[in-house]
Amino acid sequence: MTESIFTIKENVALTDSVYKMTLEGDTSALSKPGQFVNIKLEGKFLRRPISVCEYGENSLVLIYKVVGSGTEDMSVMQAGKKLNLLVGLGNGFNPDKSGDAPLLIGGGVGIPPLYGLCKELIAKGAKPTVILGFNTKSEIFLEKEFENLGAKVIVATADGSYGVKGFVTDAMADLTYSFFYTCGPLPMFKAIEAKAVGSGQYSFEERMGCGFGACMGCSCKTKYGDKRICKDGPVLDREEVIW
Amino acid sequence: MVDISTSLCGIKLDNPVMGASGTFGYGEEFAELYDINKLGSFSFKGITEEPRFGNATPRIAECPAGMINSVGLQNPGVKVLVDEILPEMKKIFHKPVMANINGFSIGEYERVAASLEGQDNIGWLEVNVSCPNVHGGGMSFGTSAKAAAEVTAAVRKQSTKPIIIKLSPNVTDITEIAKACEAAGADGISLINTMLGMRINLKSRRPVIANKSGGYSGPGIFPVAVSMIYRVYEAVNIPIVGMGGVSSADDVIEMMMAGARCVQVGAANLTDPFICPKIIDDLPKAMEKYNIEKLADIIGAAH
Repeated sequence: MTESIFTIKENVALTDSVYKMTLEGDTSALSKPGQFVNIKLEGKFLRRPISVCEYGENSLVLIYKVVGSGTEDMSVMQAGKKLNLLVGLGNGFNPDKSGDAPLLIGGGVGIPPLYGLCKELIAKGAKPTVILGFNTKSEIFLEKEFENLGAKVIVATADGSYGVKGFVTDAMADLTYSFFYTCGPLPMFKAIEAKAVGSGQYSFEERMGCGFGACMGCSCKTKYGDKRICKDGPVLDREEVIW
Repeated sequence: MVDISTSLCGIKLDNPVMGASGTFGYGEEFAELYDINKLGSFSFKGITEEPRFGNATPRIAECPAGMINSVGLQNPGVKVLVDEILPEMKKIFHKPVMANINGFSIGEYERVAASLEGQDNIGWLEVNVSCPNVHGGGMSFGTSAKAAAEVTAAVRKQSTKPIIIKLSPNVTDITEIAKACEAAGADGISLINTMLGMRINLKSRRPVIANKSGGYSGPGIFPVAVSMIYRVYEAVNIPIVGMGGVSSADDVIEMMMAGARCVQVGAANLTDPFICPKIIDDLPKAMEKYNIEKLADIIGAAH
């Protein structure tokens, strides 16, 4: 983990409530897709943990949804503004487990960290299929970007306004895959757990105090003992999760 | 050259800054970031006799000037502490550490204290009678002068180490409890633990924290802490470890002027993991500003 100052290069709306922020700064502490950063915001005591969508040598992309006053403040920030970030938090996904034909399942704002993962999986020669779940057509983001990486993309909308009508699990029917990776809301995880075949990894979300393992604010029980979502997670293996 | 050293119960501290229990783990996370030997010391995460998972999540809620936590004394139990954690801690921290001990009965406090008796890297026992996040123990011992004195006397019999009683601010008169602990054999008083607090999610109309309320910490409680330290300083003759919302060198000086011999930094560690070394680096400059040559000289200066 490092603490460093990043500069906003771009901050644009992707939908009514989802924004994409590109930041320039030292990303050397990032080593895996699915890790997160913790952002200091003026007037807020706690930092805001946001998963990294993708990163390069000198920049990273965050895609975040406005869910409260912190992300609301972020949504109106202009290019050029400097932010203090803790970088390289969390364990991230393990791309080595993917096999040849991994399945990536993202629900809503859980989708962004899967993008960096998908990029890495394709770079190492895997052929991922991606299921993106949204409530309705106007909420869709990143569909084209995943396609441009070369992944097979299936979109599901709960109201049927685009793609497969229903939940991500409806789009999972008949698919075969070597491993699965998922990030999204807990009800989606439970539906996936009931339907998925074989091994996989879940990326969890929890309210955090510090984000780096000191405060025990985000603990959960697993089959392998108590874990901290921020430090030992957010990614847990299917085999260890207690539902 | 200014002198930033102080001492606590006969043990010299290179500087007055300590990581506060519950915000500093067992030192490991911070040792990855900087040399924690720079600290005066730290008080490690509260330990109980048996392992505890703690409370349900969410355990954290934000406040305008701080945060609420309801961790509930999650810890691996004293056996794992002694067998696994303390030997590792010796490798990363070479000074006396403060052991924060907890109990749900007088007997548990006694047994935990006894288990730590032979541990030479433990400098002090910080006896927590003020955790607001557990039922049937914790704060229930710290809200009565009689119960706090009983815990103090019981731990006194089990330990040759200096014992410092960590008090709750959620009481009618903290000086009465501090005096009772002193009379029962305490070597020092730590204050303040967190204040009871609650936040409600306006959308769901339910408390944010799963356990409903928790302990409020952060800059918002700093003036409360200064006031309580000031009053306890006048009530007892044993040293005071000050804490509650400290986040700058000026805060350290203010708390020492109120009567603290050394100062713990808590919630600030969680939002700025480098805050303790920053404060230590800032101290000489702040001392120059206020014409302080020797930091220990200003303990209780506001009286």
